[in-house]
Amino acid sequence: MTRRPLSRYALRIASPAAALGLWQLLTSLDIDLWLRFSQFPTVTDVAHAFANRVSGDDYWTDLTDSLTRILTGFLLAAVLGVATGVLVARSRLAEDLLGPLLEVVRPIPAIALVPVAILLFPSNEQGIVFITCTAAFFPVLVSTRHAVRALTPVWEEAVRTMGGGRLRILRSVVLPGALPGIFGGLSVGIGVSWICVISAEMISGQYGVGYRTWQDYTVLDYPGVFVGMVTIGVLGWITSTAVELLGRRLTRWLPRTSYVPGGRPRVPRPVTAPTRPDDDTEHQPEPEQQGQEHAEEARDEHLV
Amino acid sequence: MSTSSETVTASAAAAPQTLRGTRLAFRGTVLGRPDAPVLDGVDLEVAPGEILTVVGPSGCGKSTLLRTLAGLLPPLGGTVEADGSPLTGPSADRALVFQEDALLPWRTLRGNVELPLAIRGVPRAERRSRAESWLARVGLSEHAGQLPHRVSGGQRQRAQLARALADSPRAVLMDEPFGALDAQTRSGMQDLLVEVLRGTGATVVFVTHDVDEALFLGDRVALLGSGRVTAVRGVPRPRDRAALDDPARAALRRDILSSLGS
Repeated sequence: MTRRPLSRYALRIASPAAALGLWQLLTSLDIDLWLRFSQFPTVTDVAHAFANRVSGDDYWTDLTDSLTRILTGFLLAAVLGVATGVLVARSRLAEDLLGPLLEVVRPIPAIALVPVAILLFPSNEQGIVFITCTAAFFPVLVSTRHAVRALTPVWEEAVRTMGGGRLRILRSVVLPGALPGIFGGLSVGIGVSWICVISAEMISGQYGVGYRTWQDYTVLDYPGVFVGMVTIGVLGWITSTAVELLGRRLTRWLPRTSYVPGGRPRVPRPVTAPTRPDDDTEHQPEPEQQGQEHAEEARDEHLV
Repeated sequence: MSTSSETVTASAAAAPQTLRGTRLAFRGTVLGRPDAPVLDGVDLEVAPGEILTVVGPSGCGKSTLLRTLAGLLPPLGGTVEADGSPLTGPSADRALVFQEDALLPWRTLRGNVELPLAIRGVPRAERRSRAESWLARVGLSEHAGQLPHRVSGGQRQRAQLARALADSPRAVLMDEPFGALDAQTRSGMQDLLVEVLRGTGATVVFVTHDVDEALFLGDRVALLGSGRVTAVRGVPRPRDRAALDDPARAALRRDILSSLGS
């Protein structure tokens, strides 16, 4: 019973551990085969740098600065993206008015808006939030728009025949019904937000993980650069997991199959003695096994 | 609702003393989507408290007729009236029961039944107790907290019925509500429908492609075909399972089947 989740945890730990091992090996042996690892900091260098940073104040200031920026930008984007997406999907006037404008602005990489941000906003801080927000806005907008358009019409008709008006339909049908799609957009959005908040900090920030990483690079403190990268990675992972978990919690009503990411539907393996004559009895325990696996898979969903 | 025993006989006579039901009327109505009219020159009246069943081959406009009555689809010509005044749109007075799953999948069965009450602004506690009592009437008390996809198709339709009736509508429009159910569940649902309609006095328009269902439930049966209402026939001994062998009923059944076949 407990074998499968444990083995999955083991696998999850094994792959980063192997990557770290390889990194340590290549850098400590100063391998120079076209790819040059001789200048590369080793894992232990980075770990030491990490330990130093964590014990200092700057690291935590950078961390909270970056988190404040991304959360502000992302939450703004979530609210604006969902609102605009619903508006464009539900109102032809809004679609005609906003559609072309949004489509022209959408392909512009948010980070290319740095000059705009500098011109528009009195402080760098607001500029960075603006860029982060713009980055997450479009994925949220687009997936909200799609999700709202794909809603089953009967739901809305049912509420209309109960005497529900536009607001009621919005509250009781459109928003809850579009939620699974909206969370798809939010997941993409939080990822894009990180990319943009870090880039924006590198270009124009004061404090922040991106700013610190770039500073380290300019003074050739390579272990420091890696500390920054690892920090970004971990923060990104945590925030997107949070979005994912929230999404799952809010869309618990979705009929879920016990889907294993990347896994094939598991057929109980034939018992490894096919030549044995009492074949019939071998198949006896199978339904039970299957039942157990289903139960486990349902629980495994919570591993992210 | 409290005077159920009195109104049983009343609704059987198709003229209930309580004028709860809506009088629905088509007057020279053209029905359909703007680019594709499906029914022309419909003149039809449904008396308050009457159960009118509508049969016809698929694609003949049964659903269109119902959606027009619900106010979801404006008539293309002529008028549709409820109690003498033209329909302007959907209203809580006319509940619609759909064939497919029209329950909101993120609400529990109880939550779905509470919805029409919430829309009308019934206070929370009363909403809860009325929903519970309706769920009990359709035999779903123990599933009240379940999500729609966790219960069977028949149970979902029962919940839809409870939702439609929860706010005591004056008309109930039913679009092949039992069409997706197996024969046994279906006849159970028909009995349940008859039972829960008792005493509500509501006018019912019930669309089906099943002639036997139409004959069992309807005070009258309207036949649709080739873009119009071809006939409206009174049904002898409606909602009486024993009337199956009634010669008048059998003759009517043959008539309807042959006119549908042509």
